[in-house]
Amino acid sequence: MNGKLVLSSSPHIRTIESVRSVMVDVLVALFPVALVAVLLFGHQALVNMAIGVVTAMAVEAIWLRKLDLFGDGSAAVTGLLLAMTLPASAPWWLVVVGAAAAIIIGKQVFGGTGNNIFNPALVGRAILLASWGARLAGPVWPVPKPFNFGVDISAVTTATPLAGQAEALKVTLGQMFVGNVAGALGETSALALLIGGFWLLYKGHIDWRIPGGYIATVFIMGAVFGGGAYLNPLTTGLFHVLAGGVMLGAFFMATDMVTSPVTPAGKLVFGVGCGLFTMLVRLFGAYPEGVTFGILIMNALTPIIDNLTIPRKFGEVKKSA
Amino acid sequence: MEKLLSIIFIYILVDNFVLQRFFGICPFLGVSRKMETAMGMSMAVVFVMALATLVTWLFYTHVLVPLRLEYLQIVAFILVIASLVQLVETVLRKISPTLYQGLGIFLPLITTNCAVLAVALLAVQNEFTLVEAVVFGIAASIGFSIALIIMAGIRERLELAKVPGALQGTAVTLITAGILSLAFMGFRGMLSL
Repeated sequence: MNGKLVLSSSPHIRTIESVRSVMVDVLVALFPVALVAVLLFGHQALVNMAIGVVTAMAVEAIWLRKLDLFGDGSAAVTGLLLAMTLPASAPWWLVVVGAAAAIIIGKQVFGGTGNNIFNPALVGRAILLASWGARLAGPVWPVPKPFNFGVDISAVTTATPLAGQAEALKVTLGQMFVGNVAGALGETSALALLIGGFWLLYKGHIDWRIPGGYIATVFIMGAVFGGGAYLNPLTTGLFHVLAGGVMLGAFFMATDMVTSPVTPAGKLVFGVGCGLFTMLVRLFGAYPEGVTFGILIMNALTPIIDNLTIPRKFGEVKKSA
Repeated sequence: MEKLLSIIFIYILVDNFVLQRFFGICPFLGVSRKMETAMGMSMAVVFVMALATLVTWLFYTHVLVPLRLEYLQIVAFILVIASLVQLVETVLRKISPTLYQGLGIFLPLITTNCAVLAVALLAVQNEFTLVEAVVFGIAASIGFSIALIIMAGIRERLELAKVPGALQGTAVTLITAGILSLAFMGFRGMLSL
């Protein structure tokens, strides 16, 4: 400022980071995932993701009565994540209803960005699961046709590898790592999800404790209680990490900064809890996949975890109750 | 033993009284505003439910069945539970006046609470033994408490949220309860008796 002394009131340290810039980073992180989804599932994946993003942004703009469609960018992330948890063959109206429910019931009724208790995309998915369960359970997951843009993907569908040992043994771990398996369009490729996840870790938007605790718990519980369903305990553990939505949930949904604890210890507890409930549902429940339920339950516990894990201030003496 | 463990697991998570069976919604909504009262209410409910299942079970097996008065079970159970709650209320007023004040109308309401009556009736209907019935009562009330405490945690946070005017208070609480219920849907089919 021309070398003059600038007087201003606090705060003096500002960050250039805003909700919008973080959300753009998340979208960048989701780009490899979206790209692999399109390569695997063709144009239907692209159309569904576009419908999800546009519906979510439009519903949010209408609710807030603002003309700015992109807004803070969180609606776009929610819509994209929701579409990624659905099969590429999902009809357009399923994505529209899910995205609208995610934005309205998942977020806006609580007061919008920063106030929601539950991850909006997962609320949308849970509502779809309860309302049109038959479209998201059983052999509804399209088999990928890599590099075949324009082919109708819904012609050949199958059950998720998590449906049972017979289904699990049809795929190899390598296939699951790359993503060449039947599943929701954004969850199949562990490789793409890892690239996106590490980008977010590098940018400092997510804490390793949540995905780390989550994935480690899934691996351990899969190895111990999976009964070697997939060849042997170690590969069964790895199978549970790579199959289904664990990777997508661990890096992009459980880490949602609004709905996860803020304390470091709380984050670890949160990650482990997500893994625990996910595996409970997978191993013992009626549903083959438990990521949605696991993360939603831990979202509900977040205020309590936060309260119980407040770090001690330097010099603070523990109050004797 | 295995059956007892199943009963505990089922009635805490799978068949959660509040979130899956929809029993006891009124204290769930009424006392969940503050964590402190939610905790107090939880302890009161655990105590009342455990005691109620014990007493109603004994009453049913040793009085109603020998006299062939099973058809009176609803009336009899309500009477037993009501006197129990009266007892708890009197004791609580003496021991912890603050908790008594905090619970307010909801403590007497336990008397006619469907959750407590349901526990007594279901214990008889499922033909539980005495031990099973008491464990069932405790598990069901712990399930109730967990739902209540989770809700209290969320509502304390919602106090700070910018909830739209039309939805403040009960409306947003009911929506939250609905989403919680959806999340607990995942436990469906985990175990059955």
